[in-house]
Amino acid sequence: MNAQPAVSLERVTVKYGRHEALRDVSAEFPPGAIGLLGPNGAGKSTLIKALLGLLPPASGRMRVLGYDVTESPLAVRARVGYMPEGDAHIPGMTAVAFVSYCGELAGLPRAGAMQRAHEVLFYVGLGEARYRNVETYSTGMKQRIKLAQALVHDPDLLFLDEPTNGMDPKGRDEMLALVRDIATTKAISIVLSSHLLPDVEYACSDVVVLHKGAVATQGPISALKGTSGRVFELRVKGDEAGFADALRAEGLECHADVAGALRVFVPEERGSRPLFQLAVRHGVQVRHLRASVPSLEDVFARALDGDL
Amino acid sequence: MPIHDQGYRRYAGDRTLHGRGWWVIARAGLMDRLRERRFLGLLLLAWLPFVVRAVQLYIGQTIGRGVLFAPSEGTFQLFLDQQRLFVFFITIYAGAGLIAGDRQSRALQIYLSKPITRNDYIAGKLLTLAIFLVAVTWVPAMLLLVLQVLFSGSVEFVTGHPRLVPAITLASALQVTLAVLTMLALSSLSGSRRFAAMLYAAIAIFAGAIARVLQASTGHAGWVLLSPESTLLVVTDAIFGAGSDAAIPLAVAIGALAAVLAACILILERRVRAVDVVA
Repeated sequence: MNAQPAVSLERVTVKYGRHEALRDVSAEFPPGAIGLLGPNGAGKSTLIKALLGLLPPASGRMRVLGYDVTESPLAVRARVGYMPEGDAHIPGMTAVAFVSYCGELAGLPRAGAMQRAHEVLFYVGLGEARYRNVETYSTGMKQRIKLAQALVHDPDLLFLDEPTNGMDPKGRDEMLALVRDIATTKAISIVLSSHLLPDVEYACSDVVVLHKGAVATQGPISALKGTSGRVFELRVKGDEAGFADALRAEGLECHADVAGALRVFVPEERGSRPLFQLAVRHGVQVRHLRASVPSLEDVFARALDGDL
Repeated sequence: MPIHDQGYRRYAGDRTLHGRGWWVIARAGLMDRLRERRFLGLLLLAWLPFVVRAVQLYIGQTIGRGVLFAPSEGTFQLFLDQQRLFVFFITIYAGAGLIAGDRQSRALQIYLSKPITRNDYIAGKLLTLAIFLVAVTWVPAMLLLVLQVLFSGSVEFVTGHPRLVPAITLASALQVTLAVLTMLALSSLSGSRRFAAMLYAAIAIFAGAIARVLQASTGHAGWVLLSPESTLLVVTDAIFGAGSDAAIPLAVAIGALAAVLAACILILERRVRAVDVVA
């Protein structure tokens, strides 16, 4: 694998009519597994479609695997695979016919496409169901067939748009294991778009966080999480919002997690004592305090600056 | 290959250059239809008029001795005119779902994420339907001409009617192009093949009926322009050199057909996209 970035964006703006879906986005996606994070409507799917050359940018430059997307969209699409977010298949086909057909569309000869279709279907776990009509597949199987059609022509880069949508926990784990295997052992770079932080944290090494059409933060997940300081998970009884404001006034970063607990970042030398002192001063009771470690959720929350 | 070895491996085989996607799409569409017995039955039925005409030609050259059932340019025009019925049914059967099916199953984003252009996609779909329609218009008409030569034992009829081959070709091409583009445009408007079929039937049948009623009640021949099928007949008459009872100038008829075809192309251009943009 070379050091050239898989994807690079220079001040890219994409508009739907007058609405700016992406605003002056600049980012570099190194080879490997990159998470594209953001809440719904952040512009993740728009970015992927723009990178495929399906949405022309109003301004800016995009390069994928060294190709300028605007100048050579076909060359880009020949070397990338795309797994769309929603249900998508070609009607009236068995799985093996569908995947083989996609291989031919991507430029593989007929016999080669058919052989690849069988191999890829076995790889994604649909070997036994490959002669069934795709329309009879369950949601989880449809996710797998979408991955298979994206892989059949052996791309160098995969765009996966919410690949675990609608899957049960077991299927989700298997899908994420596949994604990680593709990125780590098959030498295929991946851009994994998701609003599910654990999925990205499991499968990716780097992350780009999008918010309201702009890059909120980007870099290696480990670096973004940071190593200095401690994180406390805190539940209080009383004026929680006022207490959070007081924490921020003291220079302590804090945000609410998905379960409703406060996550407070405290410098290494200060410990948990200031939290209790502040609670006493503001008349709230600390009902729960637990030392934690920085997570991708913290990176996300910080990047979105409390908009969660 | 042993089963244990059927995992994912990098592909080291050949890849073709871009530009043959339209043929992959067309071939898949053709094979898809030809697997259906009902459709094969319809195709066979569409060749029945050919068989009847071939028998007529044979009788004309043997028992009729060139007087009874003597062929003329009108024979071939009439044959193409009769085939309109089968063009209608085949267009609905094989064409209504060509794009509507893809819209319903959101397949457009799959197609257009591959190294093919929108033009490749449209060309592939066009070709799928066009091949079937050519197979029931131009091909049997030309075969009839070949049979006429074989039965008569000379090429006198063909040399005596030098514009017959171009006329058959041009009239078939117009008939097929109008049917294919109209059906594809309508198919791209919706995710329902039934809706597309109904719209096509409405245009092909009811527009003609309404045009005739209005023509009869007002006495204005211009109402024929409401129906692309009737307008096509005016042009076809001119191609075969037959007198037309429609009182609209040929240039107007050609202009109207060109406008219909342009509208279809515009609809396809706007509707065949991987991303629906609502501005």
